[in-house]
Amino acid sequence: MDYFIELLFSGLSRGAIYALIALGYTMVYGIIGLINFAHGEIYMIGAFTSFIVATILTILGFPALAIIVLAGLAAVIWSASYGFTIEKIAYKPLRHAPRLSALISAIGMSMFLQNYVLLAQTSDFLPFPQLIPDFDFMEPIAHIVGSSDMIILVVTTLVMIGLTLLIKYTKIGKAMRATSQDRTMAMLVGINVNRIISVTFIIGSSLAAIGGMLVASHIGQINFYIGFIAGIKAFTAAVLGGIGSIPGAVLGSVVLGLTESFATGYVSSDYEDVFAFSLLVLILIFKPSGILGKVDTQKV
Amino acid sequence: MQQPILHVSGLTMDFGGIRALNNLDLDVNEGEIVALIGPNGAGKTTFFNCVTGIYKPTKGEIDLYQKSRNTMISLLGMKPNQVTAQGLARTFQNIRLFSQMTVLENVMIGRHCRTKASILGALLRDKKTMQEEDQIIQISHEILTKIGLIRYENEIASNLPYGAQRRLEIARALATEPVLLLLDEPAAGMNPQETIELVNLIQEIASEGQSILLIEHDMKLVMSLSERIFVMDYGKKIAQGTPDEIRNNPAVIKAYLGEEVDA
Repeated sequence: MDYFIELLFSGLSRGAIYALIALGYTMVYGIIGLINFAHGEIYMIGAFTSFIVATILTILGFPALAIIVLAGLAAVIWSASYGFTIEKIAYKPLRHAPRLSALISAIGMSMFLQNYVLLAQTSDFLPFPQLIPDFDFMEPIAHIVGSSDMIILVVTTLVMIGLTLLIKYTKIGKAMRATSQDRTMAMLVGINVNRIISVTFIIGSSLAAIGGMLVASHIGQINFYIGFIAGIKAFTAAVLGGIGSIPGAVLGSVVLGLTESFATGYVSSDYEDVFAFSLLVLILIFKPSGILGKVDTQKV
Repeated sequence: MQQPILHVSGLTMDFGGIRALNNLDLDVNEGEIVALIGPNGAGKTTFFNCVTGIYKPTKGEIDLYQKSRNTMISLLGMKPNQVTAQGLARTFQNIRLFSQMTVLENVMIGRHCRTKASILGALLRDKKTMQEEDQIIQISHEILTKIGLIRYENEIASNLPYGAQRRLEIARALATEPVLLLLDEPAAGMNPQETIELVNLIQEIASEGQSILLIEHDMKLVMSLSERIFVMDYGKKIAQGTPDEIRNNPAVIKAYLGEEVDA
């Protein structure tokens, strides 16, 4: 039974991380109908930023809590400015171009960022400092749930609640929903759509940066390629849940995380991806729009 | 002399080789209900799209009155959201509500362009932002009450009956506090009863001083509501005048019914 609970929690925390990244995919898709393939790289840049800041602060002898907060903040700001800039450079000029052009631009941006970090940093794996300490009060259950798993779950849950409130109840959230439902009409009721798109990229990138830092601290090493794998998985999760739907992205991520965790635990870690993608294929066969996705009826 | 609030002159719009609007002149004065009519494909909706900034006109002037500065300003080159902020609101021929939002939210979103709340304010939820939000809700309630949709307040917009959805579009447009309200075929698809209610509603809005420019095919509605009528055909203005003048205008009759052929 302990083993089952252990797998359950590791699956949930894995799902939570996927969710943080998948939300960026799904929000951007919801607003401009583009798969932002550079999103995984934003996550990777978030991890690197927190790595650099945390290392410097550790040398300067800051207390652990200050390091976590400052490194996280730096990662969020830095990644958000990347997300903002990418949209302005790579997507905005192509807003009225065929979809394929923007997609190619996104893939190009992703490769550019990978190689830029590869050149600026190194191709080797770098040891990431353990930012989240092992809490004493977690000691009795530490063999089942690790402290960082717990932190990942708590932080992700708080972020999700915040995001839900933002989208449901604030002016900017309403404007985002309006823009995703009908962009032209949104402009006609006075919404500055360009601003909303920028805000969407900023929010999505911030979430990815938080995910980047949490995972890097959990796994303990980073390199320039982590964004690609995580991005593909999170994208899968978003499609699984129904791309464009925010609850869908979270649900899809949890389902994917649990599937991987149980497959690894009960079968073999070699088959982790096999199970994950088999699940995707199965769900898409029976529900092509994803678990919570809406069927897109085209009106003529 | 009435204050003109919309002044359009020489408006021309080309789509490739097709001239959808040809040197069009049009004026709307303060407090007036003006109708724009014409056969299908005459360019009426294109005209609305040019005025609201969705299309960039090839040539011509579009000026809107600014009450605060007591002057006309040009709308050319503005984005649709900027045009809305200057005081032009519109509805669509085919309903374009934010169908997944509630009725109240649809109206509130129209109101947002008149408020200043920033993203930071939305996140921090400080006192000023909250007061502003309360005010938006209050004004939205007033508008919904006036339009007669207050009982649907918390319904999802797409669940409303057709006529109510049309009225909600008008409510959302009114929420932006427009200098001029553009209605694109407000009675399209309505039954006679709903049309009568709509006429009453438009008259009520106009009686409060709201200037309205409307496109409509329902001639009874046009003749009973409008003070002046502009008639378009093939992108050109072919007539303008009071309902009586239009009814007897030979060019209008020709455009709608064709010409008698001498045997």
